[in-house]
Amino acid sequence: MTEKRHIFSILVDNKPGVLSGIVGLFSGRGYNIESLCVAETNEPDVSRITMVSIGDKPVIEQIKKQLYKLINVIKVNDLTETEYVQRELVLIKVTAKQDQRAEILRIVDIFRGKIVDVGFEHYTIEVTGPVEKLAAILKMLKPMGIKDVARTGNIALPRNQ
Amino acid sequence: MELTGAQILMKVLQEEGVDTIFGYPGGAVIDLYDELSRTTDINHILVRHEQGAVHAADGYARASGKTGVCLVTSGPGATNTVTGIASAYSDSIPIVVITGQVPSKLIGNDAFQEVDIVGITRPCTKHNYLVKDVKDLAYIIKEAFYIASSGRPGPVLIDIPKDLTVAKAKYEVPDKIELKSYNPTYKPNVKQLQKVVELIEKAKKPVIFAGGGIILSKASDQLTKLAKKMSIPVAGSLMGLGGFPGTDLLWLGMLGMHGTYRANMAVSEADLLIAVGVRFDDRVTGKLDEFAANATIVQIDIDPTSIHKNIPVSVPVVGDAKISLGILNELLEKQDFTDIDRQRKPWLDKIDHWKKSTPLAYDQSDIIKPQFVVEQLYSVTNGEAIITTEVGQNQMWAAQYYHLSKPNHWITSGGLGVMGFGLPAAIGAQVACPDKTVVDIAGDGSIQMNIQELATAVQYGLPVKIVILNNRFLGMVRQWQELFYDKRYSCTKMEHAPDFIKLAEAYGAVGFRTEKPSEVRDVLKKGLSIHRTVIMEFIVDREESVYPMVPAGAPITQMLLV
Ligand SMILES: Cc1ncc(C[n+]2csc(CCOP(=O)(O)OP(=O)(O)O)c2C)c(N)n1
Repeated sequence: MTEKRHIFSILVDNKPGVLSGIVGLFSGRGYNIESLCVAETNEPDVSRITMVSIGDKPVIEQIKKQLYKLINVIKVNDLTETEYVQRELVLIKVTAKQDQRAEILRIVDIFRGKIVDVGFEHYTIEVTGPVEKLAAILKMLKPMGIKDVARTGNIALPRNQ
Repeated sequence: MELTGAQILMKVLQEEGVDTIFGYPGGAVIDLYDELSRTTDINHILVRHEQGAVHAADGYARASGKTGVCLVTSGPGATNTVTGIASAYSDSIPIVVITGQVPSKLIGNDAFQEVDIVGITRPCTKHNYLVKDVKDLAYIIKEAFYIASSGRPGPVLIDIPKDLTVAKAKYEVPDKIELKSYNPTYKPNVKQLQKVVELIEKAKKPVIFAGGGIILSKASDQLTKLAKKMSIPVAGSLMGLGGFPGTDLLWLGMLGMHGTYRANMAVSEADLLIAVGVRFDDRVTGKLDEFAANATIVQIDIDPTSIHKNIPVSVPVVGDAKISLGILNELLEKQDFTDIDRQRKPWLDKIDHWKKSTPLAYDQSDIIKPQFVVEQLYSVTNGEAIITTEVGQNQMWAAQYYHLSKPNHWITSGGLGVMGFGLPAAIGAQVACPDKTVVDIAGDGSIQMNIQELATAVQYGLPVKIVILNNRFLGMVRQWQELFYDKRYSCTKMEHAPDFIKLAEAYGAVGFRTEKPSEVRDVLKKGLSIHRTVIMEFIVDREESVYPMVPAGAPITQMLLV
């Protein structure tokens, strides 16, 4: 069966140990976690976990049911089944010698990124967007020499609810 | 009025109707034990090892249908409970385990007897809590009981830091627990059940496969009614034994690796399989692609994760077994099935033929056969005893030859298969049912894993009976070595064992032993007639094996027979 990438948006009670329960579920049952993002929602006692996982249909169905089985999980949304917006933020530290600077700035501009830190030999760039866009800018910057990358992981919300 | 944490705990336990706690004291719970000494209507059974406390609570829960309760100290007391908790989790048994924890301000500092028991047990509890504020204590305990016993039951652990047992709070508990994130589905979708009715109408070779869910939801009557009305034969999982009368003509016996020939054949040939309260364990299905390959599969379960997990299902029904079968019976009530017996005859004849051609069997000899002991026990107790088991061959022979007829009379560590389960579980069952005969069917290996609980049984005057089928082998492992490893009996010979009679006596119990088939019945009669803790040891044929046997991973039609 074909494996697909799924984005789960999971609402949980904002209590200690809840995240550990979810991560433990994934490691214990051998499910994939590609990225994971957690923060409070507008209700302080509820957190949203956005989790990207890969699996075939039966595995994804089990993931959903197993998540629901955890007592502190309130709602599980498989966003891949709906229309949704997704964003990720990346910080890229790229080698920026004098003769590369103009080209880097042009690329950053095209991707509507920002330079957030400058050194004699580097720029640190901030870019947000869906995964494909981040992949594209990383590809463009690669020849310049990427020193380090930090990504937030995906967050997402359905378009209409 | 303000109460201490310890008082709050006792008060909620009383409100939950708890009459017995199985436990073991220590520093972190000393204030709880102090309060317990003033709580007259809760008995405490002092076990000899915390693992025993959890298995006893498990046995108590299964025999009584109530939630079992354990109380242990922090650190080693808590870690000793893990095997028992994992077993109860596998078998969906409602227990509440209360562990002491080091004082709040020491948590995380590697304090004396500190372990993160909430972290350790997260994957093997239905839910667990570390209490952070004495104000939350009452609510959490109440919630724990609700979660343990509702939906698909399971163990819940509450870790209480020592300082909270003496801290004070106002006693406030809600009448009813409502959780926005936990709402088990009891009522099934009737449309799905309507489909089941149609499938039953059309089926020529239907089989019901009944599991532990039947026992847990107290659905035996509904199951029996359904099977009888529609003349549908019933196979059981190991956990489902006793859910349907084991003497009924429609009973097929256990399904799976050591299932009966007729159960395995019937399920493989069935055109409709109605699975209720089962999770299609690999010991049941054998090779997945060939399991019930000719059948439309209906699965009724309260836990959605059990459905479609191992086996694709055509008609999933999420709901409580008792309610679902009740509705199914009502729907069937409206149909006319006067012709059903004639319609079923060819199928039931075929099953009867399998039963007669290939029954459960063993060869008699002048050495005691373990199966013979179980058969005799069945006869001497009129099939009415509560049977607990250890794990291995003893467990399978008990399942095959003690034809259980009532629910809550079969207490075995099914999912986890814990050696050392049977004796403490028997203690728990005997506490729950003081007037019943409770027998632990044991192997010489397993019984030594929690033998210390003999002292508990004797201390509380619990007349549990222990039948040891002594083959001086770790028999089930030896059987695999015989069949699949060219008889290389690596580390399965138990050449040295204690003298079980002297051992019984040393503990203040009674012991009997025999090597002669002719004495088996008398020893059983004598042992069972004594109102004390009794060990009956039978020196059995060393290399007897459990048959039928489906090699692991093979289709269940490929049975090795005697
Ligand atoms: C705690 C534990 N350790 C190991 C095993 C693996 N195991 C399964 S059956 C068995 C042999 C049991 O021997 P015995 O109790 O003498 O029973 P018999 O099979 O001979 O009836 C073993 C070692 C287990 N199930 N549980």
